Amino acid sequence: MSPRTAWTIALPYLAFFLLPLGWLALTSFWPDAELARPLPSHLTLENHAAALAGGGLARAVLNSLLVSGATAALALALAAPAAFAIARLGVRGGRALLAAALAVSMFPPIATAAPLYAALRAARLLDTLPGLVLPYTSFSVPLALWLVTGTFRALPLELYRAARVDGCTPLGAFRRVLLPLAAPGVATAGLLVFVFAWNELLYAVTFLTSPSRRTVPVALALFGGEFRDPFVVLAAASMLATVPVVAIAVLFQRRVVAGLTAGAVKG
Amino acid sequence: MSARGERRLGAALVAPAGAALALVALGPLLATAWLSLRHRVPVLGEDRFVGLANYGALAHDARFLGALANTAYFTALAVALELVLALPLALALHHAGRGRGGIRAAVLVPWILPTVVAAKLWALLLQPDLGLLARIWPDGAGAVLTRPRLALHAAIFVDVWKTTPFVALLLLAGLQAIPEDLARAARVDGASALRVFRSITLPLLRPAILLALLFRSLDAFRVFDVVFVLTEGGPGHTTEPLSLYAYRTLLRAGSFGLGAAISLVTFLCVVAIGLAWLSALGERRPAEAP
Amino acid sequence: MSVAGVRLELESLAKSYGGVPALRGVSLSVGDGKLVAVVGPSGCGKSTLLSLVAGLDAPDAGVIRIDGRVVNDLSPRERDVAMVFQSYALYPHMTVRRNLAFPLDVAGVPRREIAARVEEVAALLGLAPLLDRRPAALSGGQRQRVALGRALVRRPKVFLLDEPLSNLDAALRLGVRAELKKLHERLGATFVYVTHDQAEAMTLADRIAVLRDGALEQVGTPREIYGAPATAFVARFVGTPPVNLVAPEVLGLPEGPIDVALRPEDLRVSREAGAAGLAARVWLVEPMGSETWVTVERAGARLVARCEAAFDAPPGAPVRLGFDPRRLQRFERETGRRVVPDRPG
Repeated sequence: MSPRTAWTIALPYLAFFLLPLGWLALTSFWPDAELARPLPSHLTLENHAAALAGGGLARAVLNSLLVSGATAALALALAAPAAFAIARLGVRGGRALLAAALAVSMFPPIATAAPLYAALRAARLLDTLPGLVLPYTSFSVPLALWLVTGTFRALPLELYRAARVDGCTPLGAFRRVLLPLAAPGVATAGLLVFVFAWNELLYAVTFLTSPSRRTVPVALALFGGEFRDPFVVLAAASMLATVPVVAIAVLFQRRVVAGLTAGAVKG
Repeated sequence: MSARGERRLGAALVAPAGAALALVALGPLLATAWLSLRHRVPVLGEDRFVGLANYGALAHDARFLGALANTAYFTALAVALELVLALPLALALHHAGRGRGGIRAAVLVPWILPTVVAAKLWALLLQPDLGLLARIWPDGAGAVLTRPRLALHAAIFVDVWKTTPFVALLLLAGLQAIPEDLARAARVDGASALRVFRSITLPLLRPAILLALLFRSLDAFRVFDVVFVLTEGGPGHTTEPLSLYAYRTLLRAGSFGLGAAISLVTFLCVVAIGLAWLSALGERRPAEAP
Repeated sequence: MSVAGVRLELESLAKSYGGVPALRGVSLSVGDGKLVAVVGPSGCGKSTLLSLVAGLDAPDAGVIRIDGRVVNDLSPRERDVAMVFQSYALYPHMTVRRNLAFPLDVAGVPRREIAARVEEVAALLGLAPLLDRRPAALSGGQRQRVALGRALVRRPKVFLLDEPLSNLDAALRLGVRAELKKLHERLGATFVYVTHDQAEAMTLADRIAVLRDGALEQVGTPREIYGAPATAFVARFVGTPPVNLVAPEVLGLPEGPIDVALRPEDLRVSREAGAAGLAARVWLVEPMGSETWVTVERAGARLVARCEAAFDAPPGAPVRLGFDPRRLQRFERETGRRVVPDRPG
């Protein structure tokens, strides 16, 4: 297949994937009063302002940033040492743990929602952001574990051995040699965990009840229903909720692609 | 540090991650199984062991059977369409040469969107008065989300729109793992481009295809977000999948025992699908995939 | 710069991985300041041996002594050994300078002393102009020097080298081999040098230990290994082209439960009509420049001889073979063990 043929095939796909988003973007700038017209006479930021007014959406973006950031940090803190141990210390049951993690990542979230709900209520964590971070973290550990274990395994074994002969303890070799070299893989894992937490709906809508604690997906899912906002404001809200992850996709596309295919193909 | 000390350190490093998995995933799963054997409605103060009665009730519950059928249909059609659409895209990406990064970044956008946003986007596009479809085809637009069969297919369509890129990128990774010399050798041996694809590329891509099918069907079977936003399960319960029915039984109706039973059936279906695909993958374990 | 060498002793070392024995009771003593080469085909256990000495792996049984002290339970950092890896294992995220400084840094050596010792090693190995580069910006030979330097900078008691030349291209390998030999002479440190290349072992080593399937086949000086191999395996392993190991009747000797070995340089091939000796036919002629290797066929067996450069003959040409019976080695066919000749008179 020549690049020319390839592009001919790819172009309809690009149109299919991007035109709806373009229409959404255009609609979000469309003055409400001109909706009946085939095209707007001018573009406006009023819809975005209206979507942010009342603070609900802005608050949700902040909540999502906190929850996703904390989830990514915690998941990496749990997964990176475990991945090192599995990849380099010959832990008994390491393979079993990876397999269990894979199985867990395939759980339908609904299968654990009821007991988690009860446990969070008992721990007085229901309807709190930390109460959402905990289940998010444990459901992100599998992905992080697979990605980071793969990264550590891809580093030549001799580097670890050289660090040991050069006088490092196992943890010293992890910290001074392996972790700096694995940084790109670790960052990729963190990125994907962040995106997962940013997008998650079921747990968020189950465990959070106060409007002020909503994350972006919850706020957006309930947006139209509660306020009967105008069409164009909904479009603006969808745009605003999208910007952070789309920025990630475009800025880090190479890492994200490497991670999601490695995570999926290996894990 | 001796080798034994090293193993002990390893166990200590693995323990927190293992505990996190056990406490927040495996533990709750067992709790769900236990809960499904009880009749528990906290608001009424009811809580007693009922054995398999909840499952018995489900067997005669038309809404449950409908949800099961919806979920199975959604999964089968969405995954099949995604695979069929993703293969040409993956091949195009593989051969695009310069500018491949640009296409890749572009197709990544639907996948990375929150599903809620994807569903909202299409809900707006299909909105009967002001949506894009209404502008193009004013008479038909009203029907899409109000007729049961059409609404379910609209949900499938949104899933296909959002997830085809992911499948394509998985297949692309599989394509890139095939040594280029094989195709060259086949061309030298006189095979046509089509023959090379049929005899070399497709067989060697089989593991990647099976893995994509495995991951996607497990993911599609737990569908929740798309339907929650696009149709809310309606009209009636005609587009309701298992996850949404379980969610409503648990949290709206507050019937924990029955909700747990639906959840567990969902889980067991996922396990069955997973095992079926894994046996299709044969001896190849996931860890040894390309 | 010189390093006091110490004695390294291995006693009945055994190690298996998942039930598969890698080493079965290896005992070896390396004198202070000596270079012992451990050779053998891949999978013979030579890398396992290094791992055990370095402390990267624990033996199932046996004792490792460095300078008279049992080190079995010591971690690598406490053993004071340095190692050069086959892939060099340079830390890709550090400059050459930081690679060289790393072992000293880990050991908590004061900054000023680290700088001095890095400079010293860099000067010794000609690395001074490369100190601020990363490994990725170095050639293969330069990387090899950095790996060597990182071992030298610690002034360890024992140097372990794992196939240090095998990643260099052929042209570079001979030069570095010679440098390594001069370096060892100058340092006077104890070296354990693992290689699958018998020529490296022959040229570098004070003593050679031949390892086969996890057990020592023979330990001796290069001359002993070449001239008086203890087994047919050792005889075949050293020498290029390899020794001719054939049934005795091929060389016109009485049949028996033995094989005989004759080095290619001890086999004479003559094209002169009417020359004395065993009749054979030329099978292949390989000019090497300084000499010519001639493979001949006789009694269904092929024999190689090293002949003078000018030798030439078409395949199938009749030749006569001659040799000095005193140069023959005999090995039991069943066990491969050398038969010590009982010479009458």
